[in-house]
Amino acid sequence: MTTVLAVLEQRDGALRKISHEVVTGARRLADALGGSAMVEAVVCASGPVGNSAQAGSFGADKIVTLTNAGFAKYAPEGYAQAIAERAQRGEGGYRALVFAASATGKDLAPRVAAKLGVGVAADITDIAVDGGAIVVTRPVYAGKALLKARVAAQPAVLSLRPNVFTPVERPKAGAAETVAVTVPPGRVTVREVKAAPAGTLDVAEAQIIISGGRGLKEPANFKVIEELAKAFGGRAAVGASRAVVDAGWRAHSDQVGQTGKTVSPTLYIAVGISGAIQHLAGMRTSKVIVAINKDKDAPIFKVADYGVVGDLFEIVPRLTEEIRKLHG
Amino acid sequence: MKIAVCIKRVPDSETRVKIGADGKSLDEAGVKFALNPYDEFAVEEGLRRKEKAGAGEVAVICLGPAAAQETIRTALAMGADRGVLLQADKVPMDGFETAKLLAAELKEGDWDLILFGKMAIDDYNHQVGPLVAELLGLPCVTAVAHLEIDGTKGVAEREVEGGIEVVEFPLPAVLTADKGLNEPRYPALKGIMAAKKKPLEVKPVQPGAGAIEVLVLMLPPERKEGKIVGEGAGAVVELVRLLREEAKVL
Repeated sequence: MTTVLAVLEQRDGALRKISHEVVTGARRLADALGGSAMVEAVVCASGPVGNSAQAGSFGADKIVTLTNAGFAKYAPEGYAQAIAERAQRGEGGYRALVFAASATGKDLAPRVAAKLGVGVAADITDIAVDGGAIVVTRPVYAGKALLKARVAAQPAVLSLRPNVFTPVERPKAGAAETVAVTVPPGRVTVREVKAAPAGTLDVAEAQIIISGGRGLKEPANFKVIEELAKAFGGRAAVGASRAVVDAGWRAHSDQVGQTGKTVSPTLYIAVGISGAIQHLAGMRTSKVIVAINKDKDAPIFKVADYGVVGDLFEIVPRLTEEIRKLHG
Repeated sequence: MKIAVCIKRVPDSETRVKIGADGKSLDEAGVKFALNPYDEFAVEEGLRRKEKAGAGEVAVICLGPAAAQETIRTALAMGADRGVLLQADKVPMDGFETAKLLAAELKEGDWDLILFGKMAIDDYNHQVGPLVAELLGLPCVTAVAHLEIDGTKGVAEREVEGGIEVVEFPLPAVLTADKGLNEPRYPALKGIMAAKKKPLEVKPVQPGAGAIEVLVLMLPPERKEGKIVGEGAGAVVELVRLLREEAKVL
C-alpha cells in the first residue's frame, strides 16, 4: 500500500492549525499518486493531542500519536528518530513524508531526511505527479523565480510553504492510534518557549500583514501601523522593510523580503515602503496588495492591486477608522 | 576554540532574475555575486567566539565554482584564518549531496563549533546545516538568533511562530545563524590586504547528481496591473469598498 506520511505539529498538547495544511497537501499528493494511496498523519506528543481527530476531516486515513514523556515540547533529536523509524516501517517504507516549512518543520525535516539518506524538497508551493514521479514547484531567489523539480528520492521528503495549501475538507476515517516510542535522551533540549506578547501574530502565518518602511520616519510612528493591525481584530500581523529593521526600529522577525520572511497573506498593506526588489520578492505572492506611499512613482505601486498616494499619517488612521467600523 | 564556518556564494539580493538559455538555471551575465547574507552572521559569530576564547582558528569552507575564491576572500578579510574551496562547477540542487561533501571535509577537523547561515538566499533550501550535523552525529540548533556559550555548554534562542524557543546544547555542535545573532563587521582595508596572503586551499570535488532534478526554472506570473484608487485620506472609503466588493478580502 502506497502511504504518504503527514507530519503534524502540536503545541501545549493542541494540534497547530498549520497541520491542516500539511494534511491537505499530503492528501493531494496521495490522490495524485493514485492506487488508493493512504495518508497517515503522525504527531509527536507526551500524551493525547486533544484535537488531533481534525486531521481526519482534512483527509487523513489514520492518525498516529507517537508518545514519549520527553515529547511535551519540541525535542529535535527524539522527534527525528521517532518519525524516521515510523517512516521505515513495512516493506519499502513510505512513499513520501510531508512537513510544514514552519520554524519546527524547517528544523525537523532535514534531520529526518538525513536519517533516511535523502535531502528535502523544501518550502514547496505545489505538488503534482507525472508518470509516477513526484514533481514539486518551489520559489527560489525569494520568489523572483519558480523552480520545478522531479523528486526521485525514496522516500520523498517535502516541506510545504505556510499559507499556500489552503485546508480543504476531505473527511476520511482518521482512525486513531497511539504508539509509545522509546528514544534516548536528547542532547539538544528546549528549556522553554518564551511566548510573544499576547495578540502578536507571526508574519509568516498571518492572513493579513500591515508592513511599514522608512516612510514612517521614526520608530514610534509604527503606532499607526499597530493600530491598523489591531483594527482587524487579531487577524493581522505587523511587518517591516529591511531598511527599518537594519536601522533597529523593528525586530528582524518582522522583516519581509529576501533576507527576511517570504509571505503569502490574503491581504498585504505596504505603508511607506518604496518597494526595493528584495522586498517585492518577499511579498509578491500575496493575494491582494495595497500600497500607501507619498511618491506616486514608487516601484511598490507596480505590484500593488490598489494604491493610495499621499501622506500615510492622514491615510492610515482614516483606514483604521473604516476597518473598525466594519468590525465594530 | 576551533571553528569551521560553511559559506556559499550567491547572487546579491538586488539581482533581477533572468532565466538562462537552458531554461533550468539563472542567466549569470551581469549578476553580482556576494557572500550569502546569513553566512555573514555565521562568520561574524565564529570570529567573536574565537576572540572571546583568546585562541583558536576560524576556517571557512565553501562548495562552489572557482569564482567562489572571491567569496572566501571576503570572509578572510573579515578576519577568518584560512579557507577551503571544494571546487565544483555547480552546487547541486539536492542539499544532501552538498551536505555529504561538506561532512567529508569536516569529519577529521575536531571542531568545537561548525557554523552555517540558516539558509542560502538563492535556493532557499535551509537544510544543509542540520543535514551535515546528522551525517557527523553532532548536536544541532538551527536559526539561532541569540547565543551564549560557557565552556562546553551552550544556550541558543531561536524564533518560532509566536515565541522564542530557548534551547540548551553541548559542544561540539553545529549551529545555523539567523539575522539578529550579531552585527557583521565590514572588512577593513587592512583586513582586505591581509586576506590576500591567507591560505586558501582548493580541492576539486565531484558532487553526485542527487535525487532532486531541476526540470525548469521560470519567472513567476506577472501581477496584473493595479490601480491608483486616489490621493490622500479621501480615497480611503473607495479603497475599503474595493477591498470588500471587488477583491473580497474584508
